[in-house]
Amino acid sequence: MEQRANSESKQYVVFKLGKEDYGLDIQKVTTIERMMPAARVPKTPEYIKGVINLRGEIIPVMDLRKKFGLPPVEETDETRIIILKFDDITFGIIVDEVDEVLNLTEESIENVSSFANDLSMDYIYGVGKVDDRIVTLLNLEKLTDIGEEDEQGDFE
Amino acid sequence: MDMSQYLEIFIDETKEHLQSLNQSLLQLEQNPEDTSVLNEIFRVAHTLKGMSGTMGFTKMAKLTHDMENVLQALRNNQIKATSKLVDLLFKCLDALENYTDNIVNSGSEGSNEYNEIIKELNDTIQMKSSEETASSGKKTADSSEPLKEQNQHPTSGIKLNQYEQNVANKAIEMNMNVFKITVVLNKGCVLKSARAFIIFQTLEKYGEIIKSEPKVEDIEDEKFDFEFTVVCVSKESAEVFQRDINGIAEVDEVIIVPVETAEIKNSAAQNESDSNEADTQTEGEEAQAQEEKSESNTVSQAHKTKTGKTVRVDIDRLDVLMNLVSELIIIKTRLAGLNGSENTQTYNETIEYLERITTSLNDAVMKVRMVPVEMVFNRFPRMIRDTARELGKEIQLNMSGVETELDRTVIDEIGDPLIHLLRNSADHGIESKEKRLEMGKSAVGHINLRAYQDGDNVVIEVEDDGQGINVEKVKNKAIERGLVKKEIANTLSQKDIIDFLFKPSFSTSDSITNISGRGVGLDVVKTKIEQLGGVVEVETEAGKGSKFIIRLPLTLAIIQALLVMVGNEKYAIPLSSTKEIIKITPEQIKMVQKQEVFLLRNTVVPIVRLDKILEVPEVERTKKDMTVVIVKKGEKLSGFLVDSLIGQQEIVIKSLGKLLSGVKWIAGATILGDGNVALILDVNLLAV
Repeated sequence: MEQRANSESKQYVVFKLGKEDYGLDIQKVTTIERMMPAARVPKTPEYIKGVINLRGEIIPVMDLRKKFGLPPVEETDETRIIILKFDDITFGIIVDEVDEVLNLTEESIENVSSFANDLSMDYIYGVGKVDDRIVTLLNLEKLTDIGEEDEQGDFE
Repeated sequence: MDMSQYLEIFIDETKEHLQSLNQSLLQLEQNPEDTSVLNEIFRVAHTLKGMSGTMGFTKMAKLTHDMENVLQALRNNQIKATSKLVDLLFKCLDALENYTDNIVNSGSEGSNEYNEIIKELNDTIQMKSSEETASSGKKTADSSEPLKEQNQHPTSGIKLNQYEQNVANKAIEMNMNVFKITVVLNKGCVLKSARAFIIFQTLEKYGEIIKSEPKVEDIEDEKFDFEFTVVCVSKESAEVFQRDINGIAEVDEVIIVPVETAEIKNSAAQNESDSNEADTQTEGEEAQAQEEKSESNTVSQAHKTKTGKTVRVDIDRLDVLMNLVSELIIIKTRLAGLNGSENTQTYNETIEYLERITTSLNDAVMKVRMVPVEMVFNRFPRMIRDTARELGKEIQLNMSGVETELDRTVIDEIGDPLIHLLRNSADHGIESKEKRLEMGKSAVGHINLRAYQDGDNVVIEVEDDGQGINVEKVKNKAIERGLVKKEIANTLSQKDIIDFLFKPSFSTSDSITNISGRGVGLDVVKTKIEQLGGVVEVETEAGKGSKFIIRLPLTLAIIQALLVMVGNEKYAIPLSSTKEIIKITPEQIKMVQKQEVFLLRNTVVPIVRLDKILEVPEVERTKKDMTVVIVKKGEKLSGFLVDSLIGQQEIVIKSLGKLLSGVKWIAGATILGDGNVALILDVNLLAV
């Protein structure tokens, strides 16, 4: 694990989606859960997998693969639901596997505007570089924002 | 000092006090002469002053202080509670509410100083002092106990310290009178300190008490026999004092001796030794007065409900809860002790016991969540008063059943719809004074707001004795707006026509309101109530008035539901909206205007194919006959087509979370016994 902690470094939960590594601000992560059955909610965008019962709480779960337009895969033993809490919104995202927690300094994070033309660009807040690895940092705000817009569109 | 931990308490209590202030002001407006109401207002203002001062909200403290001055003058009958003055006090209330809102939102009271109000308050006081000479004293005490025996008591000696002498000397220089007043209380007097307090109050109306013997603290603690002596500075003559104090019940004797400068000097000489007592007695006495006020305030507030995000819970209810939890622990131990070798009977008994406890626990928790509707209702009198004034009408709001309890979540939501209905009644229901007299009604319009429990529902009625709904006009408007064809409209019942009022298009301005004056925001009311799982009904009689009836479930948290399978998915339908379940064959389904219907005992019931609407993944169906759950939406029936029934079950409603809050057709979710989630259908939206 990376130990370059200084005052400006932040911790990120790193997970895999296909071959890519993604990172989430650890402050927004509540828990990481094993996969569990979700009840489908009608009239929601396709990437909303449904709602799960997490110890008595009903939590919506998003299939991040579908959201990012990646091909679906069979769930494995490594499939996880990352429960996030952000601006009073609690939801989970399904990811292929959760790897580790990384410390990233401000300097090691590159702005994404330099490589445009990606559909999922909106959800990305930056790219972190650690040694040879590249971790895509997700912008949660956009993730929930877009979700809502999409939903409303679908409801019409 | 960090006050933030007290801020919440401060906000809660302030809101509570403001609410009681509101009520008292309304009462004062009705009975300007009522001293007890005035005292209540004074107490509240005083408590608010103290509280805001402690919390460092100086502007609020300043405003309440000035308010207090006016109230003091009012109490002393120096000024009259005119409607203008009551209005001013209401303005103060609004200002205080604004301060409180600011504190809630930002933690600080804001920058508005309401100088206009403060100026008005001070002007009122100025006016008072010019009229002061004309005013006469008022008796605060009620004389119920008869005087028993008369006893002669000598005037006790009183000593003044340096500071007090100076005050007295100065007063005499300024041509004011200084009296030494000895009051002898009746031997039968039970609450000596309270009586003394009243006497002190009376004295303070006319002047300032500079010395008391025994000390005020002692009087307060009843550490005196039946007499005490005070030195008082005043402009009034001895006769005024004599008359007023004698007017107080349980006072046997009043001895008033004017104090001359010489005498003061004299006593000064005697007294140099106890100058250490110089800690200003008057202040101490004021403190006592304050204490007493806040004390009685606490008592009168004790039964009132809190208006914050918190719920005030009866300690008994908590005890019940506690007991149940301890029983739960016992049963847990018992279950843990079962090692499988016991016979099934023991096992079943334990399970039954557990079931009983959970049911009771459920009831107990529900009760904790219940709050009286008073919490919402108590802001309405003021609102109606303001609305009535605005409209130039006289309206009396009668509230009953304020103690009826509803779930906290419902209480929070019910306010706005009720305001809509009340405004509607005041604005459009109640006619103008002239018109009312013309029609032979009393000039004062009445609005009755009633709440009562009816089985598992709570019913809230808003009834006015106004002009009622003009059904003809509503009908014409509906035809005009193309909501219904003329031929059909003529066949509709009055009820169906009134239902048009709840259509969104009727709520826009420049619509029906100009003609018959009904319909503002009624669609909003209906939507809100339905969201809460309730229904709205209207009864009206032309010329006599109308009545809006809201039926609400007692709680939103736990309901009885029918669990059904649609495809491979489980859904819950609230039992309160299910009417019956029947089986039909595909042949029974007919088409009417592209809508599938079937006949249920000669009633045409439209069919809702849940699997299509909910986009449930296809499953193979082998059965030929179909299960239909008949649900009612208001009076209308719909048939929900389901694949199979699971059964009736008590379910706990949970929200889908913020992310999915806008999802149609679904009212929430619940967790089933096996830990899976079932969605609860929104019958009102799904029904045709």
